[in-house]
Amino acid sequence: MPDHDLPIAYVPDAPRMRETPEQLRARIPGWGVDLDPADRPSHPKLRYAPERTGAHWRFPERQPGAEGRERSIEHAFVTPVFGTAQPLHGVSGAVRRLAYRRFSEARLAHWLLLMAGDRIDAWGSHVRSLASTHPDNPVTQTGVRAELSARGTARSGRSDRRHHLLDPVIVAGPWVAVAGAAVLGGRRLLRQLRSS
Amino acid sequence: MRAMTYRGPYKLRVEEKDRPRIEHPNDAIVRVQLAAICGSDLHLYHGMMPDTRIGHTFGHEFIGVVDEVGSSVQSLQVGDRVMVPFNIFCGSCWFCARGLYSNCHNVNANATAVGGIYGYSHTTGGYDGGQAEYVRVPFADVGPVKIPDWMHDEDAVLLTDAAATGYFGAQLGEIAEGDTVVVLGAGPVGLIAAQSAWLMGAGRVIVVDHLAERLEKARPMAHAETLDYDEHDDIVVELKRQTDHLGADVVIEAVGAEADGNCLMHVAGAKLKLQGGSPVALNWAIDGVRKGGTVAVVGAYGPVPNAVKFGDALNKGLTLRMNQTPVKRQWPRMFEHVRNGHLTPREMVTHRFPLEAIADAYHVFSAKLARCIKPLILPSAS
Repeated sequence: MPDHDLPIAYVPDAPRMRETPEQLRARIPGWGVDLDPADRPSHPKLRYAPERTGAHWRFPERQPGAEGRERSIEHAFVTPVFGTAQPLHGVSGAVRRLAYRRFSEARLAHWLLLMAGDRIDAWGSHVRSLASTHPDNPVTQTGVRAELSARGTARSGRSDRRHHLLDPVIVAGPWVAVAGAAVLGGRRLLRQLRSS
Repeated sequence: MRAMTYRGPYKLRVEEKDRPRIEHPNDAIVRVQLAAICGSDLHLYHGMMPDTRIGHTFGHEFIGVVDEVGSSVQSLQVGDRVMVPFNIFCGSCWFCARGLYSNCHNVNANATAVGGIYGYSHTTGGYDGGQAEYVRVPFADVGPVKIPDWMHDEDAVLLTDAAATGYFGAQLGEIAEGDTVVVLGAGPVGLIAAQSAWLMGAGRVIVVDHLAERLEKARPMAHAETLDYDEHDDIVVELKRQTDHLGADVVIEAVGAEADGNCLMHVAGAKLKLQGGSPVALNWAIDGVRKGGTVAVVGAYGPVPNAVKFGDALNKGLTLRMNQTPVKRQWPRMFEHVRNGHLTPREMVTHRFPLEAIADAYHVFSAKLARCIKPLILPSAS
Protein backbone atom coordinates (compact mmCIF):
# COMPACT_ATOMS: atom_id res chain seq x y z
CA MET A 1 0.00 0.00 0.00
CA PRO A 2 1.54 3.35 -1.00
CA ASP A 3 2.15 5.78 1.85
CA HIS A 4 -0.45 8.29 0.65
CA ASP A 5 -3.15 5.57 0.79
CA LEU A 6 -2.49 4.57 4.39
CA PRO A 7 -5.55 4.82 6.63
CA ILE A 8 -5.46 7.90 8.84
CA ALA A 9 -5.12 5.84 12.02
CA TYR A 10 -1.60 4.79 11.04
CA VAL A 11 -0.20 8.25 10.28
CA PRO A 12 0.00 11.48 12.29
CA ASP A 13 -2.22 13.64 10.07
CA ALA A 14 -5.44 15.08 11.46
CA PRO A 15 -8.59 13.68 9.83
CA ARG A 16 -10.00 16.01 7.21
CA MET A 17 -13.60 17.15 7.43
CA ARG A 18 -15.61 15.90 4.47
CA GLU A 19 -17.47 19.21 4.33
CA THR A 20 -16.40 22.68 5.42
CA PRO A 21 -18.26 24.44 8.25
CA GLU A 22 -19.82 26.70 5.63
CA GLN A 23 -21.13 23.74 3.67
CA LEU A 24 -22.48 22.13 6.83
CA ARG A 25 -24.12 25.36 7.95
CA ALA A 26 -25.86 25.62 4.60
CA ARG A 27 -27.06 22.02 4.67
CA ILE A 28 -27.95 21.40 8.35
CA PRO A 29 -30.44 23.68 10.17
CA GLY A 30 -28.67 25.14 13.21
CA TRP A 31 -25.28 23.56 12.54
CA GLY A 32 -22.80 24.78 15.15
CA VAL A 33 -25.17 26.95 17.21
CA ASP A 34 -24.00 25.06 20.31
CA LEU A 35 -20.38 24.89 19.20
CA ASP A 36 -18.94 26.48 22.35
CA PRO A 37 -18.79 23.71 25.01
CA ALA A 38 -18.86 26.28 27.82
CA ASP A 39 -22.20 27.59 26.56
CA ARG A 40 -24.01 24.25 26.59
CA PRO A 41 -26.77 23.78 29.21
CA SER A 42 -25.06 20.92 31.03
CA HIS A 43 -21.71 22.66 31.36
CA PRO A 44 -20.17 22.59 33.90
CA LYS A 45 -21.40 19.29 35.28
CA LEU A 46 -21.54 20.70 38.79
CA ARG A 47 -22.95 24.22 38.68
CA TYR A 48 -23.77 25.57 42.15
CA ALA A 49 -26.92 27.60 41.64
CA PRO A 50 -29.57 26.73 44.25
CA GLU A 51 -31.36 30.02 43.61
CA ARG A 52 -32.32 28.84 40.11
CA THR A 53 -34.33 25.78 41.13
CA GLY A 54 -37.51 27.34 42.51
CA ALA A 55 -37.05 25.73 45.93
CA HIS A 56 -38.00 28.08 48.79
CA TRP A 57 -36.68 25.85 51.57
CA ARG A 58 -33.29 24.62 52.72
CA PHE A 59 -34.75 21.23 53.55
CA PRO A 60 -38.29 20.31 52.43
CA GLU A 61 -41.11 19.92 54.89
CA ARG A 62 -41.52 16.23 55.70
CA GLN A 63 -44.41 14.35 54.09
CA PRO A 64 -46.52 12.55 56.73
CA GLY A 65 -46.63 8.75 56.79
CA ALA A 66 -42.94 7.83 56.72
CA GLU A 67 -43.22 5.50 59.72
CA GLY A 68 -42.67 1.92 58.63
CA ARG A 69 -42.09 2.78 54.99
CA GLU A 70 -39.30 0.75 53.40
CA ARG A 71 -36.08 2.58 52.58
CA SER A 72 -32.62 1.85 51.28
CA ILE A 73 -30.27 1.37 54.24
CA GLU A 74 -27.85 3.64 52.39
CA HIS A 75 -30.22 6.51 53.22
CA ALA A 76 -30.01 8.23 56.61
CA PHE A 77 -33.81 8.30 56.85
CA VAL A 78 -36.94 8.03 54.75
CA THR A 79 -36.66 10.93 52.32
CA PRO A 80 -38.82 13.98 53.12
CA VAL A 81 -40.98 13.26 50.07
CA PHE A 82 -41.72 9.72 48.90
CA GLY A 83 -44.08 7.73 46.72
CA THR A 84 -47.11 6.13 48.33
CA ALA A 85 -48.26 3.93 45.45
CA GLN A 86 -48.68 0.19 46.09
CA PRO A 87 -47.48 -0.18 49.69
CA LEU A 88 -45.86 -3.49 50.68
CA HIS A 89 -48.27 -6.32 51.41
CA GLY A 90 -48.41 -10.09 51.75
CA VAL A 91 -45.63 -12.54 50.98
CA SER A 92 -44.14 -10.37 48.22
CA GLY A 93 -44.10 -7.48 50.68
CA ALA A 94 -42.21 -9.57 53.24
CA VAL A 95 -39.59 -10.57 50.64
CA ARG A 96 -39.18 -6.98 49.48
CA ARG A 97 -38.98 -5.70 53.07
CA LEU A 98 -36.20 -8.22 53.74
CA ALA A 99 -34.32 -6.91 50.70
CA TYR A 100 -34.56 -3.33 51.96
CA ARG A 101 -33.83 -4.06 55.64
CA ARG A 102 -30.97 -6.51 55.22
CA PHE A 103 -29.05 -5.59 52.07
CA SER A 104 -27.68 -2.34 50.65
CA GLU A 105 -27.98 -1.44 46.96
CA ALA A 106 -24.38 -2.63 46.59
CA ARG A 107 -25.40 -6.24 47.27
CA LEU A 108 -26.72 -8.44 44.49
CA ALA A 109 -28.98 -10.15 47.04
CA HIS A 110 -30.90 -6.86 47.40
CA TRP A 111 -31.87 -6.84 43.75
CA LEU A 112 -32.45 -10.57 43.38
CA LEU A 113 -34.83 -10.53 46.36
CA LEU A 114 -36.70 -7.60 44.82
CA MET A 115 -36.99 -9.49 41.53
CA ALA A 116 -38.25 -12.54 43.45
CA GLY A 117 -40.78 -10.30 45.19
CA ASP A 118 -41.94 -9.06 41.78
CA ARG A 119 -42.64 -12.59 40.56
CA ILE A 120 -44.43 -13.57 43.78
CA ASP A 121 -46.49 -10.39 43.52
CA ALA A 122 -47.42 -11.16 39.90
CA TRP A 123 -48.40 -14.78 40.56
CA GLY A 124 -50.34 -13.88 43.70
CA SER A 125 -52.27 -11.15 41.96
CA HIS A 126 -53.09 -13.44 39.01
CA VAL A 127 -54.47 -16.05 41.38
CA ARG A 128 -56.44 -13.45 43.34
CA SER A 129 -57.83 -12.00 40.13
CA LEU A 130 -59.29 -15.39 39.19
CA ALA A 131 -61.43 -15.22 42.31
CA SER A 132 -62.56 -11.67 41.53
CA THR A 133 -65.15 -10.13 39.23
CA HIS A 134 -62.30 -8.75 37.11
CA PRO A 135 -60.00 -11.71 36.32
CA ASP A 136 -56.82 -11.27 34.34
CA ASN A 137 -57.39 -11.68 30.61
CA PRO A 138 -54.22 -12.77 28.79
CA VAL A 139 -55.63 -11.70 25.43
CA THR A 140 -56.63 -8.13 26.21
CA GLN A 141 -53.83 -7.50 28.72
CA THR A 142 -50.99 -8.53 26.43
CA GLY A 143 -52.25 -6.42 23.55
CA VAL A 144 -51.79 -9.32 21.13
CA ARG A 145 -55.01 -8.32 19.40
CA ALA A 146 -52.97 -5.54 17.84
CA GLU A 147 -51.20 -8.19 15.78
CA LEU A 148 -54.44 -8.60 13.83
CA SER A 149 -55.86 -5.10 13.99
CA ALA A 150 -55.22 -2.13 11.78
CA ARG A 151 -52.51 -1.06 14.18
CA GLY A 152 -50.60 -4.29 13.79
CA THR A 153 -49.44 -6.60 11.10
CA ALA A 154 -52.46 -6.04 8.91
CA ARG A 155 -51.22 -2.58 8.06
CA SER A 156 -47.52 -2.78 7.60
CA GLY A 157 -46.16 -5.77 9.40
CA ARG A 158 -43.76 -6.61 12.16
CA SER A 159 -40.47 -4.99 11.34
CA ASP A 160 -38.52 -6.65 14.12
CA ARG A 161 -38.63 -10.43 14.02
CA ARG A 162 -35.19 -11.21 15.31
CA HIS A 163 -35.58 -11.24 19.06
CA HIS A 164 -39.26 -11.97 19.50
CA LEU A 165 -39.13 -15.73 19.28
CA LEU A 166 -38.93 -15.95 23.06
CA ASP A 167 -41.68 -13.45 23.81
CA PRO A 168 -44.62 -15.83 23.27
CA VAL A 169 -42.91 -18.37 25.52
CA ILE A 170 -42.37 -15.81 28.25
CA VAL A 171 -45.90 -14.43 28.01
CA ALA A 172 -47.83 -17.64 27.50
CA GLY A 173 -45.49 -19.94 29.41
CA PRO A 174 -46.87 -19.33 32.90
CA TRP A 175 -50.46 -19.71 31.67
CA VAL A 176 -49.63 -22.98 29.92
CA ALA A 177 -47.84 -24.17 33.05
CA VAL A 178 -50.85 -23.34 35.22
CA ALA A 179 -53.22 -25.04 32.77
CA GLY A 180 -50.97 -28.11 32.69
CA ALA A 181 -50.79 -28.24 36.48
CA ALA A 182 -54.58 -27.91 36.67
CA VAL A 183 -55.07 -30.79 34.22
CA LEU A 184 -52.60 -33.02 36.05
CA GLY A 185 -54.11 -32.11 39.43
CA GLY A 186 -57.61 -32.77 38.12
CA ARG A 187 -56.60 -36.18 36.76
CA ARG A 188 -54.99 -37.13 40.04
CA LEU A 189 -58.08 -36.01 41.95
CA LEU A 190 -60.34 -38.03 39.64
CA ARG A 191 -58.16 -41.12 40.08
CA GLN A 192 -58.28 -40.76 43.84
CA LEU A 193 -62.06 -40.32 43.79
CA ARG A 194 -62.49 -43.41 41.59
CA SER A 195 -60.22 -45.57 43.71
CA SER A 196 -61.89 -44.55 46.99
CA MET B 1 -60.08 7.89 37.55
CA ARG B 2 -58.92 5.62 34.72
CA ALA B 3 -55.29 4.56 34.82
CA MET B 4 -52.97 2.07 33.20
CA THR B 5 -51.96 -0.60 35.71
CA TYR B 6 -49.20 -3.20 35.51
CA ARG B 7 -50.34 -6.81 35.87
CA GLY B 8 -47.00 -8.62 35.47
CA PRO B 9 -44.44 -8.96 32.66
CA TYR B 10 -46.02 -8.22 29.25
CA LYS B 11 -49.44 -7.64 30.82
CA LEU B 12 -51.29 -4.50 31.76
CA ARG B 13 -54.81 -3.14 31.79
CA VAL B 14 -56.77 0.02 32.42
CA GLU B 15 -58.45 0.17 35.82
CA GLU B 16 -60.47 2.51 37.97
CA LYS B 17 -58.15 3.94 40.65
CA ASP B 18 -58.53 6.61 43.31
CA ARG B 19 -57.67 10.09 42.05
CA PRO B 20 -54.31 11.05 43.60
CA ARG B 21 -54.44 13.52 46.49
CA ILE B 22 -52.17 16.21 47.86
CA GLU B 23 -49.74 14.46 50.20
CA HIS B 24 -47.22 17.26 50.74
CA PRO B 25 -47.73 21.05 50.84
CA ASN B 26 -45.72 21.49 47.62
CA ASP B 27 -47.63 18.86 45.66
CA ALA B 28 -49.85 19.56 42.68
CA ILE B 29 -52.39 17.27 41.06
CA VAL B 30 -52.22 17.45 37.27
CA ARG B 31 -55.00 16.33 34.92
CA VAL B 32 -53.09 14.61 32.13
CA GLN B 33 -53.82 15.84 28.61
CA LEU B 34 -51.18 13.92 26.70
CA ALA B 35 -48.72 11.21 27.67
CA ALA B 36 -46.20 9.06 25.85
CA ILE B 37 -44.75 5.59 26.13
CA CYS B 38 -40.99 5.79 26.46
CA GLY B 39 -38.62 3.07 25.28
CA SER B 40 -37.56 2.71 28.90
CA ASP B 41 -41.19 1.95 29.87
CA LEU B 42 -40.70 -1.25 27.91
CA HIS B 43 -38.07 -2.34 30.46
CA LEU B 44 -40.79 -2.17 33.12
CA TYR B 45 -43.33 -3.81 30.82
CA HIS B 46 -40.92 -6.68 30.21
CA GLY B 47 -40.34 -7.18 33.93
CA MET B 48 -36.71 -6.07 33.90
CA MET B 49 -36.78 -3.41 36.63
CA PRO B 50 -36.62 -4.69 40.21
CA ASP B 51 -39.51 -3.75 42.52
CA THR B 52 -42.09 -3.10 39.84
CA ARG B 53 -45.27 -3.76 41.78
CA ILE B 54 -48.60 -5.06 40.51
CA GLY B 55 -50.97 -2.14 40.16
CA HIS B 56 -48.23 0.37 39.36
CA THR B 57 -49.13 3.05 36.82
CA PHE B 58 -46.31 3.78 34.38
CA GLY B 59 -45.65 7.00 32.50
CA HIS B 60 -42.93 9.61 32.95
CA GLU B 61 -43.61 11.64 29.80
CA PHE B 62 -46.77 13.72 30.20
CA ILE B 63 -48.25 17.19 30.05
CA GLY B 64 -51.51 18.45 31.53
CA VAL B 65 -53.52 21.02 33.42
CA VAL B 66 -53.01 21.83 37.10
CA ASP B 67 -56.13 20.59 38.88
CA GLU B 68 -55.18 21.22 42.52
CA VAL B 69 -52.20 22.70 44.37
CA GLY B 70 -50.82 22.23 47.88
CA SER B 71 -50.70 25.01 50.47
CA SER B 72 -47.06 26.02 49.83
CA VAL B 73 -47.17 26.12 46.02
CA GLN B 74 -46.30 29.62 44.77
CA SER B 75 -45.51 29.35 41.06
CA LEU B 76 -48.53 27.45 39.71
CA GLN B 77 -52.27 27.97 39.81
CA VAL B 78 -55.22 25.74 39.04
CA GLY B 79 -55.78 25.82 35.29
CA ASP B 80 -52.14 26.31 34.28
CA ARG B 81 -51.03 24.06 31.43
CA VAL B 82 -47.75 22.46 32.40
CA MET B 83 -45.05 20.17 31.08
CA VAL B 84 -43.46 18.02 33.76
CA PRO B 85 -39.85 16.76 33.62
CA PHE B 86 -39.58 13.02 34.14
CA ASN B 87 -37.31 13.70 37.11
CA ILE B 88 -38.92 14.29 40.50
CA PHE B 89 -36.53 16.61 42.35
CA CYS B 90 -36.52 18.86 45.40
CA GLY B 91 -34.31 21.69 44.14
CA SER B 92 -32.47 21.98 47.45
CA CYS B 93 -30.38 18.87 48.22
CA TRP B 94 -26.61 18.81 47.62
CA PHE B 95 -27.13 17.39 44.12
CA CYS B 96 -30.02 19.63 43.00
CA ALA B 97 -28.13 22.70 44.23
CA ARG B 98 -25.40 21.75 41.76
CA GLY B 99 -27.69 21.12 38.79
CA LEU B 100 -27.84 17.32 39.06
CA TYR B 101 -31.64 17.27 39.14
CA SER B 102 -31.80 13.64 38.04
CA ASN B 103 -29.76 12.64 41.08
CA CYS B 104 -31.94 14.27 43.75
CA HIS B 105 -31.40 12.78 47.21
CA ASN B 106 -34.68 13.87 48.80
CA VAL B 107 -37.30 12.07 46.74
CA ASN B 108 -36.41 8.38 46.45
CA ALA B 109 -36.45 6.52 49.75
CA ASN B 110 -35.99 3.18 47.99
CA ALA B 111 -32.57 3.83 46.47
CA THR B 112 -29.67 6.27 46.61
CA ALA B 113 -28.19 5.32 43.23
CA VAL B 114 -31.08 6.78 41.25
CA GLY B 115 -33.32 9.80 41.75
CA GLY B 116 -37.09 9.97 41.60
CA ILE B 117 -38.96 9.19 38.38
CA TYR B 118 -42.71 9.17 37.74
CA GLY B 119 -44.20 5.74 37.15
CA TYR B 120 -40.92 3.89 37.01
CA SER B 121 -41.16 1.25 39.77
CA HIS B 122 -40.37 1.57 43.45
CA THR B 123 -36.67 1.47 42.64
CA THR B 124 -37.13 5.08 41.54
CA GLY B 125 -39.34 6.08 44.45
CA GLY B 126 -42.75 4.43 44.11
CA TYR B 127 -44.64 7.27 42.43
CA ASP B 128 -47.51 6.41 40.09
CA GLY B 129 -47.02 7.87 36.62
CA GLY B 130 -48.85 9.85 34.00
CA GLN B 131 -50.45 7.18 31.81
CA ALA B 132 -53.63 8.01 33.69
CA GLU B 133 -56.20 10.75 33.94
CA TYR B 134 -54.53 12.38 36.95
CA VAL B 135 -51.06 12.30 38.48
CA ARG B 136 -49.50 13.60 41.69
CA VAL B 137 -46.63 16.00 40.95
CA PRO B 138 -44.34 16.57 43.95
CA PHE B 139 -42.36 19.83 44.26
CA ALA B 140 -44.66 21.77 41.99
CA ASP B 141 -42.54 24.92 42.46
CA VAL B 142 -39.45 23.11 41.19
CA GLY B 143 -40.24 20.68 38.36
CA PRO B 144 -43.15 21.73 36.13
CA VAL B 145 -43.04 24.63 33.68
CA LYS B 146 -45.97 26.38 32.02
CA ILE B 147 -46.14 25.36 28.36
CA PRO B 148 -45.28 28.34 26.14
CA ASP B 149 -48.21 29.44 23.95
CA TRP B 150 -46.27 28.81 20.75
CA MET B 151 -45.27 25.26 21.62
CA HIS B 152 -47.08 22.27 20.07
CA ASP B 153 -48.39 19.79 22.67
CA GLU B 154 -46.57 16.91 21.00
CA ASP B 155 -43.26 18.79 21.17
CA ALA B 156 -43.97 19.62 24.82
CA VAL B 157 -44.62 16.01 25.84
CA LEU B 158 -41.48 14.81 24.04
CA LEU B 159 -39.39 17.48 25.74
CA THR B 160 -40.23 15.93 29.13
CA ASP B 161 -37.82 13.08 28.42
CA ALA B 162 -37.00 11.62 25.00
CA ALA B 163 -35.96 14.83 23.27
CA ALA B 164 -34.19 16.24 26.33
CA THR B 165 -32.32 12.95 26.74
CA GLY B 166 -31.15 12.96 23.13
CA TYR B 167 -29.88 16.53 23.46
CA PHE B 168 -28.22 15.70 26.77
CA GLY B 169 -26.54 12.66 25.21
CA ALA B 170 -24.90 14.83 22.58
CA GLN B 171 -23.64 17.15 25.33
CA LEU B 172 -22.21 14.22 27.26
CA GLY B 173 -20.23 13.38 24.15
CA GLU B 174 -18.31 16.68 24.45
CA ILE B 175 -18.46 17.01 20.68
CA ALA B 176 -15.85 19.27 19.10
CA GLU B 177 -16.02 20.88 15.64
CA GLY B 178 -15.56 18.34 12.90
CA ASP B 179 -15.97 15.25 15.10
CA THR B 180 -17.33 12.04 13.68
CA VAL B 181 -20.26 11.09 15.89
CA VAL B 182 -21.85 7.63 15.86
CA VAL B 183 -25.31 7.30 17.40
CA LEU B 184 -26.29 3.75 18.36
CA GLY B 185 -30.07 3.44 18.14
CA ALA B 186 -32.47 5.31 15.86
CA GLY B 187 -35.31 5.48 18.35
CA PRO B 188 -36.66 8.81 19.61
CA VAL B 189 -33.63 9.49 21.83
CA GLY B 190 -31.13 8.55 19.13
CA LEU B 191 -32.86 10.65 16.48
CA ILE B 192 -32.71 13.78 18.63
CA ALA B 193 -29.14 12.96 19.67
CA ALA B 194 -28.21 12.86 15.97
CA GLN B 195 -29.92 16.20 15.32
CA SER B 196 -28.19 17.67 18.39
CA ALA B 197 -24.75 16.45 17.35
CA TRP B 198 -24.89 18.79 14.36
CA LEU B 199 -25.81 21.74 16.61
CA MET B 200 -22.60 21.06 18.54
CA GLY B 201 -20.48 21.11 15.40
CA ALA B 202 -20.18 17.47 14.34
CA GLY B 203 -18.55 16.97 10.96
CA ARG B 204 -20.21 13.64 10.33
CA VAL B 205 -23.13 11.83 12.01
CA ILE B 206 -23.70 8.10 11.52
CA VAL B 207 -26.79 6.40 12.99
CA VAL B 208 -26.79 2.63 13.55
CA ASP B 209 -29.90 0.45 13.95
CA HIS B 210 -31.50 -2.53 12.26
CA LEU B 211 -35.08 -1.32 11.89
CA ALA B 212 -35.59 0.01 8.38
CA GLU B 213 -38.29 2.55 9.27
CA ARG B 214 -36.10 4.15 11.91
CA LEU B 215 -33.09 4.39 9.64
CA GLU B 216 -35.36 5.83 6.94
CA LYS B 217 -36.46 8.46 9.50
CA ALA B 218 -32.88 9.25 10.53
CA ARG B 219 -31.80 10.23 7.03
CA PRO B 220 -34.18 13.15 6.39
CA MET B 221 -34.90 14.13 10.00
CA ALA B 222 -31.34 14.04 11.33
CA HIS B 223 -29.46 14.45 8.02
CA ALA B 224 -27.47 11.41 9.08
CA GLU B 225 -25.67 8.62 7.30
CA THR B 226 -27.14 5.29 8.39
CA LEU B 227 -25.84 1.77 8.91
CA ASP B 228 -28.07 -1.29 9.26
CA TYR B 229 -26.08 -3.64 11.48
CA ASP B 230 -27.97 -6.63 10.08
CA GLU B 231 -26.26 -5.94 6.76
CA HIS B 232 -22.77 -6.22 8.23
CA ASP B 233 -21.08 -9.28 9.63
CA ASP B 234 -19.46 -7.17 12.35
CA ILE B 235 -20.68 -3.62 12.87
CA VAL B 236 -17.56 -2.63 14.81
CA VAL B 237 -15.36 -3.53 11.84
CA GLU B 238 -17.68 -1.53 9.59
CA LEU B 239 -17.42 1.49 11.91
CA LYS B 240 -13.62 1.22 11.74
CA ARG B 241 -13.79 0.99 7.96
CA GLN B 242 -16.08 4.01 7.80
CA THR B 243 -13.68 6.08 9.92
CA ASP B 244 -10.41 5.22 8.18
CA HIS B 245 -9.65 2.67 10.93
CA LEU B 246 -9.59 5.39 13.57
CA GLY B 247 -12.98 4.78 15.18
CA ALA B 248 -15.53 7.47 15.90
CA ASP B 249 -14.50 10.46 17.99
CA VAL B 250 -17.75 10.16 19.95
CA VAL B 251 -20.27 7.35 20.30
CA ILE B 252 -23.67 8.08 21.81
CA GLU B 253 -25.31 4.94 23.17
CA ALA B 254 -29.07 5.52 22.87
CA VAL B 255 -30.29 1.93 23.07
CA GLY B 256 -30.05 0.64 26.62
CA ALA B 257 -31.09 -2.55 28.30
CA GLU B 258 -32.85 -4.36 25.46
CA ALA B 259 -30.17 -4.09 22.83
CA ASP B 260 -30.23 -6.72 20.13
CA GLY B 261 -27.34 -7.74 17.89
CA ASN B 262 -25.92 -10.57 19.99
CA CYS B 263 -28.31 -13.42 20.74
CA LEU B 264 -26.52 -14.71 23.83
CA MET B 265 -26.27 -11.29 25.47
CA HIS B 266 -29.81 -10.36 24.53
CA VAL B 267 -31.31 -13.55 25.95
CA ALA B 268 -29.18 -13.41 29.12
CA GLY B 269 -29.81 -9.73 29.74
CA ALA B 270 -33.21 -8.88 28.34
CA LYS B 271 -35.09 -12.16 28.48
CA LEU B 272 -33.66 -14.18 31.37
CA LYS B 273 -32.77 -11.07 33.42
CA LEU B 274 -29.38 -12.50 34.36
CA GLN B 275 -27.89 -9.04 33.81
CA GLY B 276 -29.19 -5.50 34.28
CA GLY B 277 -30.01 -5.59 30.57
CA SER B 278 -28.30 -6.58 27.35
CA PRO B 279 -24.92 -4.78 27.11
CA VAL B 280 -24.55 -5.22 23.34
CA ALA B 281 -24.83 -1.55 22.40
CA LEU B 282 -22.62 -0.48 25.27
CA ASN B 283 -19.90 -2.88 24.15
CA TRP B 284 -20.24 -1.79 20.52
CA ALA B 285 -19.82 1.80 21.72
CA ILE B 286 -16.63 0.91 23.60
CA ASP B 287 -15.24 -1.02 20.64
CA GLY B 288 -16.42 1.41 17.95
CA VAL B 289 -15.07 4.65 19.42
CA ARG B 290 -11.47 5.67 18.75
CA LYS B 291 -8.77 5.43 21.39
CA GLY B 292 -8.98 8.49 23.61
CA GLY B 293 -12.56 9.09 22.44
CA THR B 294 -15.76 9.59 24.39
CA VAL B 295 -18.68 7.27 24.94
CA ALA B 296 -21.88 8.99 26.05
CA VAL B 297 -24.47 6.65 27.55
CA VAL B 298 -28.11 7.68 27.77
CA GLY B 299 -29.64 4.25 27.19
CA ALA B 300 -31.26 3.01 30.40
CA TYR B 301 -30.01 -0.02 32.33
CA GLY B 302 -31.17 -1.79 35.46
CA PRO B 303 -29.20 -1.96 38.72
CA VAL B 304 -28.06 -5.59 38.33
CA PRO B 305 -24.45 -5.99 37.03
CA ASN B 306 -23.73 -6.15 33.30
CA ALA B 307 -21.03 -7.89 31.26
CA VAL B 308 -19.40 -4.69 30.05
CA LYS B 309 -15.99 -4.73 28.33
CA PHE B 310 -14.36 -2.50 30.85
CA GLY B 311 -10.86 -3.70 29.98
CA ASP B 312 -11.22 -2.35 26.45
CA ALA B 313 -12.47 0.96 27.84
CA LEU B 314 -9.41 1.20 30.07
CA ASN B 315 -6.92 0.10 27.44
CA LYS B 316 -8.33 2.57 24.91
CA GLY B 317 -8.18 5.48 27.34
CA LEU B 318 -11.84 6.26 26.89
CA THR B 319 -13.92 8.88 28.60
CA LEU B 320 -17.24 7.35 29.65
CA ARG B 321 -19.95 9.89 30.46
CA MET B 322 -23.52 9.09 31.47
CA ASN B 323 -26.46 10.08 33.62
CA GLN B 324 -30.19 10.24 33.66
CA THR B 325 -31.01 13.57 32.04
CA PRO B 326 -31.51 16.60 34.30
CA VAL B 327 -34.37 17.64 32.03
CA LYS B 328 -35.20 21.10 33.30
CA ARG B 329 -31.60 22.21 32.91
CA GLN B 330 -31.90 21.54 29.16
CA TRP B 331 -35.17 23.33 28.60
CA PRO B 332 -34.40 27.03 28.07
CA ARG B 333 -31.94 26.27 25.25
CA MET B 334 -34.03 23.44 23.86
CA PHE B 335 -37.08 25.69 23.69
CA GLU B 336 -35.04 27.98 21.41
CA HIS B 337 -33.97 25.05 19.25
CA VAL B 338 -37.53 23.76 18.88
CA ARG B 339 -38.87 27.23 18.11
CA ASN B 340 -36.16 27.76 15.50
CA GLY B 341 -36.78 24.37 13.94
CA HIS B 342 -33.33 23.05 14.77
CA LEU B 343 -34.85 20.22 16.79
CA THR B 344 -38.11 18.66 15.61
CA PRO B 345 -39.34 16.19 18.25
CA ARG B 346 -42.92 15.75 17.05
CA GLU B 347 -41.64 14.55 13.70
CA MET B 348 -41.01 11.21 15.45
CA VAL B 349 -44.60 10.59 16.55
CA THR B 350 -46.10 7.70 14.60
CA HIS B 351 -49.03 6.52 16.75
CA ARG B 352 -51.72 8.02 18.99
CA PHE B 353 -53.74 5.67 21.22
CA PRO B 354 -56.60 6.34 23.62
CA LEU B 355 -55.77 5.35 27.19
CA GLU B 356 -58.29 2.50 27.01
CA ALA B 357 -56.20 0.88 24.24
CA ILE B 358 -52.90 1.16 26.09
CA ALA B 359 -52.32 -2.61 26.21
CA ASP B 360 -52.37 -2.62 22.41
CA ALA B 361 -50.11 0.43 22.38
CA TYR B 362 -47.46 -1.30 24.50
CA HIS B 363 -47.59 -4.39 22.33
CA VAL B 364 -47.29 -2.39 19.12
CA PHE B 365 -44.33 -0.42 20.50
CA SER B 366 -42.66 -3.45 22.05
CA ALA B 367 -43.04 -5.74 19.03
CA LYS B 368 -42.22 -2.91 16.60
CA LEU B 369 -45.47 -3.34 14.71
CA ALA B 370 -46.75 -0.94 12.09
CA ARG B 371 -43.47 1.00 11.82
CA CYS B 372 -43.96 2.38 15.32
CA ILE B 373 -41.32 4.86 16.45
CA LYS B 374 -43.10 6.91 19.13
CA PRO B 375 -46.60 6.25 20.51
CA LEU B 376 -48.61 8.87 22.40
CA ILE B 377 -51.45 8.21 24.85
CA LEU B 378 -54.58 10.32 25.13
CA PRO B 379 -56.35 9.96 28.48
CA SER B 380 -60.11 9.99 28.08
CA ALA B 381 -60.61 12.90 30.48
CA SER B 382 -58.72 15.15 28.06
